[in-house]
Amino acid sequence: MLLSRHADSLFWLARYMERAENAARILETASRLASVPNGDSVDRNEWRAAIVSTGSQEAFDALFDEASPSAVIEFLAFSPQNSSSIRSCFETARNNARSVRTALTIDVWESINSTWLELKRYQGSGMSRQELGTFLNFVKEASLRFDGSAYRTMLRNDAYYFLRLGSYIERADFTARILLARSQLFDPERETISGSLEYYQLSSLLRCVSSLTSYHWVYRESLRPHLIADLMIMREEMPRSLASCYENIARFLDNLARDYGRHGKSQRSARKTLSRLQEADLSALTRSGLDGFLSEFIDENGRLGAAIGEQYLG
Amino acid sequence: MAGSVFDEMNGVDGACRSAYGLVKSWLENADPAVMKQRQQEAEFLFRRVGITFAVYGDAAAEERIIPFDIVPRVLNGGEWNTLSRGLVQRVKALNMFLADIYGPCEVVKAGIIPPDLVYQNPAFQPAMVGVKLPHDIFVHIAGIDVIRTDDKDFYVLEDNARTPSGVSYMLENRDVMMRLFPDLFAEHQIRPVENYPDELLATLRSVAPNSAPAEPTVALLTPGPFNSAYYEHSFLADRLGIELVEGRDLFIKDNVVFMRTTQGPKRVDVIYRRLDDDFLDPLAFRPDSMLGVPGLMSAYRAGNVTLANAVGTGVADDKAVYTYMPDIVRFFLGEEPILKNVPTWRCREPDSLKYVLEHLPELVVKEVQGSGGYGMLVGPKADRATIESFAEKLKAAPDDFIAQPTLALSTSPTFVGEGVAPRHVDLRPFVLSGADRIRIVPGGLTRVALKEGSLVVNSSQGGGTKDTWVIEEPSGQTQSQSQTQSQSQ
Repeated sequence: MLLSRHADSLFWLARYMERAENAARILETASRLASVPNGDSVDRNEWRAAIVSTGSQEAFDALFDEASPSAVIEFLAFSPQNSSSIRSCFETARNNARSVRTALTIDVWESINSTWLELKRYQGSGMSRQELGTFLNFVKEASLRFDGSAYRTMLRNDAYYFLRLGSYIERADFTARILLARSQLFDPERETISGSLEYYQLSSLLRCVSSLTSYHWVYRESLRPHLIADLMIMREEMPRSLASCYENIARFLDNLARDYGRHGKSQRSARKTLSRLQEADLSALTRSGLDGFLSEFIDENGRLGAAIGEQYLG
Repeated sequence: MAGSVFDEMNGVDGACRSAYGLVKSWLENADPAVMKQRQQEAEFLFRRVGITFAVYGDAAAEERIIPFDIVPRVLNGGEWNTLSRGLVQRVKALNMFLADIYGPCEVVKAGIIPPDLVYQNPAFQPAMVGVKLPHDIFVHIAGIDVIRTDDKDFYVLEDNARTPSGVSYMLENRDVMMRLFPDLFAEHQIRPVENYPDELLATLRSVAPNSAPAEPTVALLTPGPFNSAYYEHSFLADRLGIELVEGRDLFIKDNVVFMRTTQGPKRVDVIYRRLDDDFLDPLAFRPDSMLGVPGLMSAYRAGNVTLANAVGTGVADDKAVYTYMPDIVRFFLGEEPILKNVPTWRCREPDSLKYVLEHLPELVVKEVQGSGGYGMLVGPKADRATIESFAEKLKAAPDDFIAQPTLALSTSPTFVGEGVAPRHVDLRPFVLSGADRIRIVPGGLTRVALKEGSLVVNSSQGGGTKDTWVIEEPSGQTQSQSQTQSQSQ
């Protein structure tokens, strides 16, 4: 048993920690892609693409005139006006952690609190590339510390399940969005890729989700668009794939249903999404186009988040 | 003046008091650089666990830590035993007094205390008249501030009977000291304080309503993360293993309190509330309170939930009522008070007011309803203009003030920038009153005024805290030592 408000705080705490890590991954990719030759041509602005893949174009345009590197870094990493900037994510996560302190172990609390304290060492404006790299590493390590301390120290009960649900719903959203933002690149209809720039873009995309090496282990061939889509959508052994996220979501929701003795809308909805991802092959899934599938998935995932809120967090 | 102040370690004559023997040699042999490093480590540890507090009216310093001093304050077993007997007596009397003024009113009828001080008191809650509480306990958790000026007597400075805070510092200070100085702990026989959360939970469970199940559900009610003591609330809820609830987590149905959980409503039997009376229930008290629970008072009066502390205990920690405490102890217990009161002038009495106005530069004047060191005048530290404007306030509303001599609070060696120096201290032990017995863990929170010469120990006014040790000594040694000392004075 858990206070509903505490369950809500745990769920969002995990979502914001995950979101901070995702923003760091996006910045890292943009930074890498922008440094390849032809990186700053008019029709290919990697910094703009970074904003698009977070789905926050409107908020960005309201604050900045153009997607310059420093504007994008400021917006995604430090801006207090962007509720999903890394800084805002850590702050919201810590506020949630404070209000739900009793449901966390000391290790989890300290991982979040020290992240927030260390964050003050990093100033937004005028960061060199190297400093940006150091900062992004710090963010990813903070996320690992949080994840690891939760995994290693928390009781396996409802508090843990809500925390994990938050992580996986956020992660599924991120994977879907980052694929959608570059969907034309690896449209499964395309057999091969043209040119070294595309190759570099695809490999950066895989690096962004720490999957480049995994790709080679799974397929043992060079990068091909439909295999990348297969890896990121259908492969359960790939921890950031949609299928893997939903395998976890369904499991933690079932654990809740088992402990509370009652199934509800969110269990049914998660199971339905999971079986779609498990049963069909890729071409069946993307019959109405990759874009259509991904947009629909993002909506469905959002609705599941709302259903969990309604069922438990209200 | 410095020479005549009683020091916890050196007495008045510089001869080390027995309980401090090992601490003194530790201080003499310690490398200042190492001490400094330990002090910084302590601060780092406090920050990391998040033991912060918010200062009202200071937005820039939203979260600060209370300075911690690494030199412990030490009491010997004999001193502690006397003190703790006095605390038990005092808290018993506080509870009997409260049960009486909301019940038969014998203490007023007998003329022990003027009726207006009770019934006109802003903290008096008419809603509590005639309410029968489990085991007649009002003050389940008391924090009694005591001081001393020599090695003989402790004086009570204040009875905190509403929602006293600071116990998390007592526990965290000990924890940090054990991490930083394991050798010192190995050399001393220090009585443990770690069992406080267990004692508190046992106390709270013992006062559950009769209708509650054998395993009553206890929750801690907090105003929320913006409250200055929020860290303590979450710390205690965690150590007790009880839910930390806000008003919006609770609701009342058929005069029963429930909390909203992921599995639906769950009944709550005992609420350790860290929310002031006025905010508890917008239907009964302040209608604009967003922090409370509508209908809580009604459930409380129906006997379906226990609030700790009870509603209306503020009458007993009022500074005007304080002046009657020795008589209250005698009236209810038929015993002489073990702990003395600090001599106090009641400004409501014309003769006293006259005296106070004539002697403002040497007195400390406090608001009857004030707390946290706010709204008080420390005569010897104030300039003429301050004193004059205070005199006007005093003349306008003499009933609102009491005055006390500026006491030379004892000092305790403290690590400050330049090394170890004496600083004034007080002590707040925590007294738990349950159905079965009164529990006190040996020690409490020692507060220290870090500024040289300052007598104000409140954390909101630049005070710090220390670990408080009650140590066991061979009894013969204690005896001879205290005799030697009393002869030398």
